[in-house]
Amino acid sequence: MRVTIERSALLKALNHIQSVVERRNTIPILSNVMISAASDEIRLSATDLDIEVVETVPAEVSQSGATTVPAHMMYDIVRKLPDGSQLELERGPDEGRLMVISGRSRFALQALPPEDFPDLAAGEFTNEFAIPPNDLKYLIEKTRFAISTEETRYYLNGIYLHTIEADGGHRLRAVATDGHRLAQAEQACPEGAAGMPGIIVPRKTVLELIKLLEDTDADVAISLSASKIRFTVAAVVLTSKLIDGTFPDYERVIPKSNDKVMEIDTRLFAQAVDRVSTISSEKGRAVKLNIADNRVVLSVNNPDSGSAEEEIAATYGSEGIDIGFNSRYLMDIAAQFKTDNAVFVFADSGSPTIVRDAGDESTLYVLMPMRV
Amino acid sequence: MLQTALRMATLPKSSPNFGQSPGFCRDCLNEAKTRAGTCRTCGSPRLFFHDEWSGLPIAHIDCDAFYAAVEKRDKPELRDLPVMIGGGKRGVVSTACYIARISGVRSAMPMFKAKKLCPDAVVLPPDMQKYARVGRDIRRLMRELTPLVEPLSIDEAFLDLTGTARLHGKPPAISLAELTLKIEREIGITVSVGLSHNKFLAKIASDLDKPRGFAAIGAAETLTFLAGKPVSLIWGVGKATQKALAKHGITTIAQLQSMEKVDLMRNFSGIGARLYHLARGEDTRKVSNQGETKSISSETTFFDDVKDLPELERILWTLCEKVSYRAKKAGLAGQTVVLKLKTADFRTRTRNVSLGDPTHLADRIFAAARPMLAKQANGTRFRLIGIGISNLLAVDHDPALDDLDFNAAQRARAELAMDSLREKFGKGAVNLGRGLKSQRKD
Repeated sequence: MRVTIERSALLKALNHIQSVVERRNTIPILSNVMISAASDEIRLSATDLDIEVVETVPAEVSQSGATTVPAHMMYDIVRKLPDGSQLELERGPDEGRLMVISGRSRFALQALPPEDFPDLAAGEFTNEFAIPPNDLKYLIEKTRFAISTEETRYYLNGIYLHTIEADGGHRLRAVATDGHRLAQAEQACPEGAAGMPGIIVPRKTVLELIKLLEDTDADVAISLSASKIRFTVAAVVLTSKLIDGTFPDYERVIPKSNDKVMEIDTRLFAQAVDRVSTISSEKGRAVKLNIADNRVVLSVNNPDSGSAEEEIAATYGSEGIDIGFNSRYLMDIAAQFKTDNAVFVFADSGSPTIVRDAGDESTLYVLMPMRV
Repeated sequence: MLQTALRMATLPKSSPNFGQSPGFCRDCLNEAKTRAGTCRTCGSPRLFFHDEWSGLPIAHIDCDAFYAAVEKRDKPELRDLPVMIGGGKRGVVSTACYIARISGVRSAMPMFKAKKLCPDAVVLPPDMQKYARVGRDIRRLMRELTPLVEPLSIDEAFLDLTGTARLHGKPPAISLAELTLKIEREIGITVSVGLSHNKFLAKIASDLDKPRGFAAIGAAETLTFLAGKPVSLIWGVGKATQKALAKHGITTIAQLQSMEKVDLMRNFSGIGARLYHLARGEDTRKVSNQGETKSISSETTFFDDVKDLPELERILWTLCEKVSYRAKKAGLAGQTVVLKLKTADFRTRTRNVSLGDPTHLADRIFAAARPMLAKQANGTRFRLIGIGISNLLAVDHDPALDDLDFNAAQRARAELAMDSLREKFGKGAVNLGRGLKSQRKD
């Protein structure tokens, strides 16, 4: 194998590649990036056995071939080379090395045989469609904060992507929940997506995908099989296992008959929550909202450190209510909101509450209150 | 020290005559006029002398070779034979009687090793229900003396007799000696008493004169007594702390006594202050009859080693139910689930996982433990499995009931519904199939 390649192109690709590679691996070859050179491009790939990312980069290939070298090390080398430089990659005199040469820098990297590199077989794809990158980004960004990190509830460790029928048409919907809050976002259903099976895309996949979406304007092609999903974002192909589980029937927990409506300035509300919750250092401490007559009194009482209280204006005409929420969850939701006002719809102090961004019909949040 | 002074001040002034003598007889309980060899009243050699004997209020009572003693009581023919109590056909020695200990047998020693050391020993399987019953009887006698009884385990407890002298008409030491005689007479086993001005020293003292012992550590001798002892004597100093102390060249309590508190706190952050105080025999922990629960756990040693996951899971489930039952009754929920396994070659493996929310539901404890168990069950043979919850919080209901994950809330409600059925119709009224033994051989 002998290849000449631009640093900047290689760096960008390696940046995508290395983030999939775990820092610690019990299987040594999983720390490596596979580099295969053929015709006018090189193909870089990495996997953690759950996700595989493959990216092609144009290059001058004078001799085709393949090898694998440590991904993080390779990335660091390329990163430290000067801007605008060129690299030569060359199989070393013995089979076990890859020479990386740029200007006066020479590296000889320990290589592992490409035959040993695992391949995440995708199988037969049953559904294929394309989605504008911004729509996909929206679905992910509005919901990912609610993904559960609790391993025992693996079926909540991702975003549930599915289509629903609405107003005679279809919508593509993303839902995530950790049992305390639920986030739901919708976009127009891409052609060919209607009727796709509901799938749970793992958290790590979602986070990798978001990075890839930063640099593209072109539609993202999505392919689905029974157990895998593939995203093709320009020159990058991300293939991931899906979470093998059943997402809970979330519609049953979205309240239908809440009737006490409060509208409030999102930014002022979030700041007030942030201020009063200074008192509650421990995680899970509730902030209490006392809502009546166009105002909210936020208060935190922490027996170990003291108490705090703040009053802000709101639009509220229903019967007064006292309700407690985890302050972090309130701030997480407020951070999603793009318009000025947030709308809360309560039933009572023990029942799930709906929160919406006043100017955005496409998202909906459900918060479980804490008992205070 | 202030505490000691206060405690001593509560001794009744109205009876200036008692407690003034140098000691007393542990058999007839009369005070001794002089430091003589035998009791002037009854002739017993079991006299107890100590400069502060009548003023020390905190006792630690420890039963002597408890399980073995109970068995000898019930089977008098075993009285002069070496007896070891241990699990099944293999297992470890839970208790060895003092005759067996002469051969070098110790508790926690593997049974095969103990049998090699003492081939004539009579080995009996433990009868925990019986021991628990006897332990309860002993604690009942203790409570007749003072309400402040803090059980440490089935066979040992702290007693605080501060202020009881007036009530009983005798100093705590004599009340305690009387209690030991009563336990011997009514229960039929012997105990050892440690007497001091705080829990830390009382516990050390009970070990000084075992078995059937009575020992005291007074305020005046505290510093010198501790000075010559190794740091491992200090409560809470295990192997890790010993190692850390050894790195600084500290092996004796005398060395700790010469160090400044700030230095100890800097070098041994978490326990620095405790090292400082305990090295000086200062311990302000109160004897409490409430007993704060730190964790709730249950474990079982198998009759035969087990390696199959389905069988391990079945046993795990029954243990989860036990832990859950106790946690629910106590109104506690745990944030951490701890799985304990002991391999056939006696290696202990513990694994734990933190939960998003504390729980006391058997179903959630099991769900958290199952993946940990699956990882361990790779053909290894296990002799013991245990499950526990820790980082306990008081709860009035399990957070899973409020879960937006509909399935989780549903499962929680199902478990509580089963609980109320059991409440009404008995423990066996309704059970999950996963606790049943598989009929299939697969």
